Amino acid sequence: MASQTRMLFRHIDEPGLASIETYRSLGGYRALERALNDIEPDELLTTLEDSGLRGRGGAGFSMGKKASFLPRGEMEKFLCCNADESEPGAFKDRELMSKNPHQLIEGIIIAAASAGAGWAFIFIRGEYAQTADVLERAVEEAYRAGYIGENILDSGRRVELVVHRGAGAYICGEETALLDALEGKRGNPRLKPPFPAIQGLYGGPTLINNVETLSNVPHIVKNGADWFKSFGTEQSPGTKVVSVSGRVQRPGNYEVELGMPSRELIFGLAGGPFEGHKVKAWFPGGSSAPVLTAKELDLPYSFEAMAEAGSMLGSGSIIVADDTVSIPHLALRTARFYHHESCGKCTPCREGTNWTVKMLERVISGEATPMDLDVISSVQDNIIGHCLCVLGDSMAMPVGSMVAKFRDEFEAAIEAGRDAAPRPLDESPTDVKPVPLEAVR
Amino acid sequence: MSDGWVPEIRPTDDMSAEERQRLVSSMRPEDAEPVPELHEVEVPDELKERIEAAMAKYPEVRSASLPALWAVQRHYGWCTPDGIRQAAAVMGVTPGYLESVATFYDLFRTGPVGRHHVLVCHNLACWLRGSEDVLDAFCEAAGVNADEVDHIGASSEDGEVYLKAFECLGACDIAPMASIDERYYGPLTPDDARTVIDQLRAGADPIPDKALFGRETAGGPEPEPDPRVKKGETNPVGPGREAEEATGG
Repeated sequence: MASQTRMLFRHIDEPGLASIETYRSLGGYRALERALNDIEPDELLTTLEDSGLRGRGGAGFSMGKKASFLPRGEMEKFLCCNADESEPGAFKDRELMSKNPHQLIEGIIIAAASAGAGWAFIFIRGEYAQTADVLERAVEEAYRAGYIGENILDSGRRVELVVHRGAGAYICGEETALLDALEGKRGNPRLKPPFPAIQGLYGGPTLINNVETLSNVPHIVKNGADWFKSFGTEQSPGTKVVSVSGRVQRPGNYEVELGMPSRELIFGLAGGPFEGHKVKAWFPGGSSAPVLTAKELDLPYSFEAMAEAGSMLGSGSIIVADDTVSIPHLALRTARFYHHESCGKCTPCREGTNWTVKMLERVISGEATPMDLDVISSVQDNIIGHCLCVLGDSMAMPVGSMVAKFRDEFEAAIEAGRDAAPRPLDESPTDVKPVPLEAVR
Repeated sequence: MSDGWVPEIRPTDDMSAEERQRLVSSMRPEDAEPVPELHEVEVPDELKERIEAAMAKYPEVRSASLPALWAVQRHYGWCTPDGIRQAAAVMGVTPGYLESVATFYDLFRTGPVGRHHVLVCHNLACWLRGSEDVLDAFCEAAGVNADEVDHIGASSEDGEVYLKAFECLGACDIAPMASIDERYYGPLTPDDARTVIDQLRAGADPIPDKALFGRETAGGPEPEPDPRVKKGETNPVGPGREAEEATGG
């Protein structure tokens, strides 16, 4: 039987956990006291780096290493918590923030203190209005209790924390676009380097971390790096809140140790596909991850295993498509999302997403030829790595993988569409109608 | 510029209104609308207070442009040209700048819309669980054109409902779902969609039993904690001191 290992989700449904009294009664803010009064900032950084905690927002980069990239010395530094969770299939940060906001706030203040940042921001997507309300209340409570603001817990440190609401743009989850949005501009990604750790918000050194990454920080500080490493695998230590959605019986967030077999997650915890159906394809890390097939269900769910299989763990969001799903339609739905969200700054992404949508529409409506599939693949190849950010790549990877792994289905769709489409000459039977674009699901 | 003035390239946050005016007119000599003077624009007190409170929260004033536009939208129902001008006057930026920001983001409306905002998710996870039928039912019940809903959104004729098909709202656990007046509801059926429209028109709270907030996590009740987690919780002082105590004792 698959089992959950709750660290971040411990006491998640405890009534009143969002209030500071309940959080403290369960041991909250002790890590902060320890971090500020007993440990030097350098030692904090070493602990975070030793713990092997990898970023939970998608890239999986070592959190401690990222924090150590910030230059030392007297200057205004910033910390941004990326709560712009917009990846289709991801909803873990929403639950973490709505139910346990103080765990995140504690992590932010510790991380800010270790990096020497005097300002911290939580960039939360505008759609999460209810969650942002919860966060704002929690921040106010923490200010009143002296955990944020001037001279925190008499340590002489100052950290200001602002909850900043976005306004609906997937691109703002990209770290440099997030910085632009936080500076009050249109959320367009910037050229890297300089990386935000050197030159980020308002031109100052900036540390950007995901909600789940920062929520891990109090646990590591309280119990040490070795304790943290006793969870998960060697290269992916710790637990992971995995969002499972799509065509499964019990969609939801499950916190598990990294390295658990993917099958146990999808079948054991999320209940597997509906009665009488089979898994056909699944995204292991949100809609940006190349799809895997039923053959790959027994892979361990970890950063390294997913990368080896040619996909990625990303934000840890599994979307399952069962045998009722038409892959060309799935590809079109995916491509349309990225087409809508492309900010338009870089040509390969702006045009490439548009072309891909049009070509997939042609595949489904029967106006394409099998050669068009090669054109689709080549467009994807020409997007990857050619833009300022990875939004274009995020479409190119899943769509490219679908065409590669399910090419026969695309070819069948082209044939079926062509047979059903009205022909220009009189030879076509009169009783067949064109297949409506969204008819097959 | 005829007087030969060349704008210096630097952040505009600490410029005076006059300096900004010169900068703007140097860029678009014919049609630039300058930074409105605060005393020439009538700004409702409540709106002004909200924007000023937001400006005070950030190290740099321009960061308040998103909160300012939120305030305008809450005050007028959408980002009206007048509202944008008022916010620009309070912030000391050009209306064009704020407009460029407002048009970038999906949640800012730059045209008049219905009173209740219904955003129906039609991204992957919701689509896999039948969001198309739900969206069709919403469109039919509200009496709006489905194509428009798919693109820029559409409002019902009575002005009560604004309906828009939206990209992933981050609640795939309750797919298919919708955000109704900034609250999340799901999983929805086509029947729910019709009920929601009726209830919104009648001024009632929509489908309270489908609200997301307050719902328990999918993993079910708290399992017996992992021994390592439990050990961490009973460790009140952290690893450093525990080790010291162990060696000392």
